[in-house]
Amino acid sequence: MSDNEALFKYTLRLGDTSLILAQRLCEWTGHGPFLEEDLALTNIALDIFGRGKSMLEYAAKLEGKGRTEDDLAFFRNDREYFNALITEQPNGDYAKTIIRQALIDCFDLLFYTELAKSKDVTLSGIAQKSIKEITYHKRHSFSWVNRFGNGTEESLTRLQNGLNDIWSYTGELFEMTEVDTLLIKKGIAVDLSVLKPLWEKEINQLLVKANLVLPESLYMHSGSRNGLHSEHLSYILAEMQSIPRMHPTAKW
Amino acid sequence: MGVINFEELFEAKLAKNEMIEPKDWMPDNYRKHLIRQISQHAHSEIVGMLPEGNWITRAPSLRSKLVLLAKVQDEGGHGLYLYTAAESLGTSRDEMLDALHTGKAKYSSIFNYPTLTWADVGAVGWLVDGAAIMNQVMLQRTSYGPYARAMVRICKEESFHQRQGYELMTHLAFGTPAQKEMAQDALNRWWYPTLMMFGPPDVESPNSENAIKWRIKRETNDQLRQRFVNQSMPQIDYLGLTVPDPNLKWNEEKQGFDFSEPNWAEFKNVIKGNGPCNKERLASRNKSHNEGAWVREAAMAFAKKQNENYQAA
Repeated sequence: MSDNEALFKYTLRLGDTSLILAQRLCEWTGHGPFLEEDLALTNIALDIFGRGKSMLEYAAKLEGKGRTEDDLAFFRNDREYFNALITEQPNGDYAKTIIRQALIDCFDLLFYTELAKSKDVTLSGIAQKSIKEITYHKRHSFSWVNRFGNGTEESLTRLQNGLNDIWSYTGELFEMTEVDTLLIKKGIAVDLSVLKPLWEKEINQLLVKANLVLPESLYMHSGSRNGLHSEHLSYILAEMQSIPRMHPTAKW
Repeated sequence: MGVINFEELFEAKLAKNEMIEPKDWMPDNYRKHLIRQISQHAHSEIVGMLPEGNWITRAPSLRSKLVLLAKVQDEGGHGLYLYTAAESLGTSRDEMLDALHTGKAKYSSIFNYPTLTWADVGAVGWLVDGAAIMNQVMLQRTSYGPYARAMVRICKEESFHQRQGYELMTHLAFGTPAQKEMAQDALNRWWYPTLMMFGPPDVESPNSENAIKWRIKRETNDQLRQRFVNQSMPQIDYLGLTVPDPNLKWNEEKQGFDFSEPNWAEFKNVIKGNGPCNKERLASRNKSHNEGAWVREAAMAFAKKQNENYQAA
């Protein structure tokens, strides 16, 4: 694999992960539990879409086949998508959305803080902009985890159920392939094995604070690095891609 | 010692074009009129998030998705300022939301029409927000201070939305034949409902007289409707689209367009609850609110515990 090909795949993975997460989050727009939260979650979705768009723009440029970020977003099938499995899981109730977000925000802040030091200036630039946004997202999701964990019996139960549902998708966030190995050597990619203990420590502290316990089964799902997804992704794509697929020559 | 006549002071302020502020004395019917109008306006913003929000997950490009998402978020923000402005008159968010959710309070009827294609997102931004701006520009100088100040910000954002809506229509009108057809179809469906947004003809408008006296309104329904048609026609011509009205023509004498009246029987029917989406909109608002109840309760319980810990410390 050439360096450029590796960089394309790496950037695509980051773009897809942001895009699909934001696509899930914006399902809440207009339907939040109260107006202030509706606005907050929409704002977070906007930031993450923005990051996804920047990543896909860069991926399209790296690929050099004349495709645009929209071609990449709207004309690839699920087997060609590389978003992390956790991002495509259904929103569930607000507790599940929040705990999923907290687990991802914690990962993202560690990840993008490292990526900001990348030798690739475009990735580093996107990462620097993202750090500010993710810091705010994490404050938001962590504070709600704490609130649900120390709110009512119902909110704690819902939060625990959400964690039980989503936990088995977190292991995959730290998986590395030959793409990572190659780019780490070049000082471009982030070594995820270094992030793992840091993430675990922070998440454990959060879980303790919110009266949560880890699910008994520690089995972790895997697949997205090879374009293997849960059943949910093709529905997300069917909805997201419907108009461009119906009008393939149209400009919007 | 002279007796202060509050009503005279209030009238004098109005006459001098001064703002009425929350702590000023005001007549009961002025307060009631404003609470009704501002809360309806807030509800319209919140319910208005639904027809456009319907297309967020299906926006056909990443850029249009970001624009639409930001737009719908703006509408939510407008709802928030307006609820706050209404609260300054002595009502509460809970009371207002309760009135909305039980169907007691009204919201703009336009949002009871469905958004059937992507072109509808453009038509809503361009025509519906355009009509809303025409109604709202005058509210920036309305007599009640908090409302007027909220409207300054809202109008700025609405003009963005209108431009974005028109931009979207431009892509369609100059795009593929299917896109152009989609644009024309959206214009056909949204034209008359948009004209209805200015309210019934002046001869049948019961709330107008006081509203004009109190500077809550500055122009009549018919004047605004005429101005909207005059403004829209060149935009429609530029797009190469046509208005679904065989009677529409330029009238040299009045320096404005003649046009057909909307179907007022339909207007009344939609207000009564028989529009294509009245039930769905209300059901959707109720569902989100009810499903959010445990979140609000958890937040309250947490805040209470925090407060107790703080006091115990």
